[in-house]
Amino acid sequence: MAGWLFVITLVLAVAAAYRPLGDYLYRVVSGRKSNVVERGIYRLVGVDPNTEQTWGVYARSVLAFSAVSILFLYLFLRVQDKLWLSLGFDGVPTHIAWNTAVSFVTNTNWQAYSGESTMGHLAQMAGLSVQNFVSASVGIAVAVALIRGFAARKSQTLGNFWVDLTRITLRVLLPIAVLATLVFMIGGMVQNLSGGTDVTTLTGATQHITGGPVASQEAIKELGTNGGGFYNTNSAHPFENPTTWTNWIQLFLILCIPFAMPRVFGRMVGQNRQGYAIVAVMSVLALASIALTVGFEVHGGGTVPQAAGAAMEGKDVRFGVPNSATFGAVTTLTSTGAVNSFLDSYTSFGGMMPMVNMMLGEVAPGGVGAGLYGLLILATITVFVAGLMVGRTPEYVGKKIGAREMKLASLYFLVTPAVVLIGTAAAFATGHNSTALNTGPHGLSEVLYAFTSAGNNNGSAFAGITVNTPWWDTALGLAMLLGRFLPIILVLALAGSLARQKPVPESEGTLPTHQPLFVGLVVGVTIVLVALTFLPALALGPIAEGLS
Amino acid sequence: MTSLASKTPSSVRGGLLDLNQLWRSLPQALAKLDPRALWRNPVMFIVEVGSVFTTVLALTDPSVLAWIITVWLWLTVVFANLAEAVAEGRGKAQAAALRAAKQDTMAYLEDGREIAATELKQGDVVVVEAGQVIPGDGDVIEGIASVDESAITGESAPVIRESGGDRSAVTGGTKVLSDRIVVRITQKPGESFVDRMIALVEGANRQKTPNEIALNILLAALTIIFLLSVVTLQPLAIFSKAYQAAAPDTIAINAHGVTGIVLVSLIVCLIPTTIGALLSAIGIAGMDRLVQRNVLAMSGRAVEAAGDVNTLLLDKTGTITLGNRQASEFVPVDGVSASELADAAQLSSLADETPEGRSIVVLAKNEFGLREREPGLMTDATFVPFTAQTRMSGVDIEPSLQSGEGRAVGAVAGGRQIRKGAAGAVIKWVGHSSDEVSEIVDGISASGGTPLVVAEKGRILGVIHLKDVVKSGMRARFDEMRKMGIRTVMITGDNPRTAAAIAAEAGVDDFLAEATPEDKLALIKKEQEGGRLVAMTGDGTNDAPALAQADVGVAMNTGTSAAKEAGNMVDLDSDPTKLIEIVEIGKQLLITRGALTTFSIANDIAKYFAIIPAIFAAVYPGLDALNVMRLHSPGSAILSAVIFNALVIVALIPLALRGVRYRPSSASALLRRNLWIYGLGGVIVPFLGIKLIDLIIQFIPGI
Repeated sequence: MAGWLFVITLVLAVAAAYRPLGDYLYRVVSGRKSNVVERGIYRLVGVDPNTEQTWGVYARSVLAFSAVSILFLYLFLRVQDKLWLSLGFDGVPTHIAWNTAVSFVTNTNWQAYSGESTMGHLAQMAGLSVQNFVSASVGIAVAVALIRGFAARKSQTLGNFWVDLTRITLRVLLPIAVLATLVFMIGGMVQNLSGGTDVTTLTGATQHITGGPVASQEAIKELGTNGGGFYNTNSAHPFENPTTWTNWIQLFLILCIPFAMPRVFGRMVGQNRQGYAIVAVMSVLALASIALTVGFEVHGGGTVPQAAGAAMEGKDVRFGVPNSATFGAVTTLTSTGAVNSFLDSYTSFGGMMPMVNMMLGEVAPGGVGAGLYGLLILATITVFVAGLMVGRTPEYVGKKIGAREMKLASLYFLVTPAVVLIGTAAAFATGHNSTALNTGPHGLSEVLYAFTSAGNNNGSAFAGITVNTPWWDTALGLAMLLGRFLPIILVLALAGSLARQKPVPESEGTLPTHQPLFVGLVVGVTIVLVALTFLPALALGPIAEGLS
Repeated sequence: MTSLASKTPSSVRGGLLDLNQLWRSLPQALAKLDPRALWRNPVMFIVEVGSVFTTVLALTDPSVLAWIITVWLWLTVVFANLAEAVAEGRGKAQAAALRAAKQDTMAYLEDGREIAATELKQGDVVVVEAGQVIPGDGDVIEGIASVDESAITGESAPVIRESGGDRSAVTGGTKVLSDRIVVRITQKPGESFVDRMIALVEGANRQKTPNEIALNILLAALTIIFLLSVVTLQPLAIFSKAYQAAAPDTIAINAHGVTGIVLVSLIVCLIPTTIGALLSAIGIAGMDRLVQRNVLAMSGRAVEAAGDVNTLLLDKTGTITLGNRQASEFVPVDGVSASELADAAQLSSLADETPEGRSIVVLAKNEFGLREREPGLMTDATFVPFTAQTRMSGVDIEPSLQSGEGRAVGAVAGGRQIRKGAAGAVIKWVGHSSDEVSEIVDGISASGGTPLVVAEKGRILGVIHLKDVVKSGMRARFDEMRKMGIRTVMITGDNPRTAAAIAAEAGVDDFLAEATPEDKLALIKKEQEGGRLVAMTGDGTNDAPALAQADVGVAMNTGTSAAKEAGNMVDLDSDPTKLIEIVEIGKQLLITRGALTTFSIANDIAKYFAIIPAIFAAVYPGLDALNVMRLHSPGSAILSAVIFNALVIVALIPLALRGVRYRPSSASALLRRNLWIYGLGGVIVPFLGIKLIDLIIQFIPGI
């Protein structure tokens, strides 16, 4: 009952935020006036906020910014012992520093390290948290650039990346994060610069309890669908997620921006119903996934879950099964990857669901920005096939989907499966799967999960596998890098190609892309074209395990 | 001539596949196995590479299953080639006949010389007699003949070709059946309609259309994804097999992973072979359908553009209305009887050979029983022809030689002078008018008719109401167009009031009145500026700029060569209504591609359920639960999927050639219908098909 209430209120709250938050985002990204701080930043970076960029320049700006970010974060982590607030930790080893730098810049937040025993406070705050903000902004900016492509009339330009980045960070993420930090502090999260406290436990042992700026990092971790926890156990740690209602707020923060992005799409293309259609696709997939995950966990198969009444292993009684399962589904449906329970201990099918969520390309609703552009690509492919079926050159919100658009969209949806499957196969072919705790189907799931998470920039850890070896750090780092920036380049190229077009007026002969039929079709295409690609691999992992 | 063929699309030849055709195309299909030709089709190329691979495996490690699968994989490629060969073959047969006719043809020049048809130059004048083949495209400048155009149009009923007027154009390669005509050649050597048609129907220089290219990209991407999905499965399979070391080796999996034969089978079943195999056949057949309707498209791009058209510009005359206005009523002015007016009108129209003039005579006869008088017998009459300056025509009758038929109605001493024409001109000729006359004239104009005022020296007798007659069924067609999202615009030289009335009667969405060729061009540009695609027909030289500007410009074959050069299609029948059919063919082409793509992708679901458990149930027995079709054995399951995959191509060849059924309707309705048939059908049919095949092949020993 409480589980239902938890999910239903969450759905209602996200639905209520759709319009106001979407409209606010729309105003932020289409506004022109800059305030003092922004003007200062533009001057500092040397950008004229009034110039517009072509897709090529926009893409180069994204890449340059991200490259510098990776380099900076890498160096930061390497020399953290020379800086303040290092809590006495050494510099982070090369392969972990590389993996972590890539991980946070790509909005993946895969953690090959244990937060409280690797990172000092300064590295967490000035290194990782900064990327939590800007990597999220990059995602939103790219999505907005794609929408501008759809909305433009014979334009060469897609806006200005530096302006988008600044405005989204300062006007959207920062204020909400500050507010959320306060709420979290009220909820009992720690927020200090303490080096930790040594306590004696009930059994007489001593334990080192690390404090730190947890609440502030937690706010943007969820809001920016980042997921990189302050502590190793992420949102299962009582300092990082004290109560059921902070758990609820975390999920709300995770979902609010990705679900509001379609509103921005609808507003910018001048047809709110197009936004509703996209959000409907996201909702159908998300609700189905959450229902299945919770279902599998509550009515889980297997001897132990049957005896306990539900799959309790690896879940905190503080949250209970439905809340934990919902959290597991939501964090993988978005690109958050935070966890509040041990996914490795989920039932076979329950553990498969987070994997499937990511395999869908994280489009329901996906990471901030990334989810929308991923789904718009799938909608574009759907429009192409369905558009042919109504006897016209396919068009989506007035833009024709021709050979160039199809080339870019097809390449986009090739990238992630390629990264995930090749990575997984490479791990098995080279024997690096041996770091998985299990063998057999479950061991296969652990490896598959790691690459699925990295390739889709999720960062969620199935756990049960040691990934801080040089091979894994390098391979997953590459997976994250390719899984993030190849799609971004393709999306921006697509945006540029769409922007150059003159819109085609809508008529009775135009495929309607706002009706339930189309929504169902996008859902179908997403499942058949994307998820089925992974069916052979899944069959040898969770499915084989679940059906045994 | 071929309006018969075009109005009943279901009767188009070759719509149904006959086995003979398949058999005849087989050598062609085998020739297409050449990888240098096949690599253009990435999906089928992958299948061929896979077939070679399994052949090697079957040779080195022979087994019943390996050989049967290998055979069926090869058959898959052959079937795909067969589809293309059949589509091309229909054109090839036509082209061969055309070419033969063309090469044997001799041209008999007017001056008596006899040269080969291929040596004819533009402007040569040739004589063609009964039984001879017309040596080149041209205009009949003398004579009338019945011509058999079946070589080009497929329509066996002969057509009449005569000098002057609409039916003067003849096409090289057609045969004169009776009489003798003199033809001026209008084509350049080697650029005749037949030459272009040969190139077109053979598909020799067929270029992929924009949507076809885009679809090919999607298919290539899907192929790569499935290829990856299967190839990367191998290390996972090896790992799983090693984990379950006790599991028995099967034909599908052993310690080295999934066997090569099964791996290839899985790839071939998953990649979109159905649409990949039929894609080019669909394109060729689409062009063929146009040719069968006597439309020659200069590019495939134009055919696709026809499906996208948003705005149709239709000339009023000949397209929306019958060629000519007809007299519908005599409206006498006060003091004149209707029959008196009819008599005068008839007299003035006797020498008027325009259709309007004839219709006046006919109306006078029908309504008042006035017998037609032969103008030749009225030696006392002088006919005044219509000129642009006077804007009226009429007759002057000498008083002394008054014909017996004539009644001395209000005769002015010295004979009768009757005029009919535009209101302004006749009133000026009479010298005065009345409110009544203006009222009648305005009333007729407002209703969309054309008023012709009839006057006898000194006084106005009344007004003839000339009316445009809208062709029957046009309103329904325009309603259909509207459902398809196409706006129809009527182009006319009439004044706005007349145009509005006819537009309302015909049910078009908009009209352009008092249109000059410049107005037409401007309208097209304006529509295109708004992102719309425009289609139009035209025949005159002054239509050429507009034809060139339009996205789909259909030139009438009877039209001037300038118009034919400017347009991107030529309609041999010179039927402006054909534009509507061209749009439908364009749409049908795209729909067929989309429907078969959907079908092909939807098929994958069943194939996964057949093959995945077949491979891995030996390793993880639990996976047998995925064997929802309860297929007999791993071998039979994989083989059934492969056989189904090959057979479905053959089964769909007729559909690819004929095109899916198309009814003009809204996009939503079309999508819903096609999704049910090809989407849902694509999910269900393979489950049934694979199960059925499995029920049969399970009896093969060794499976």
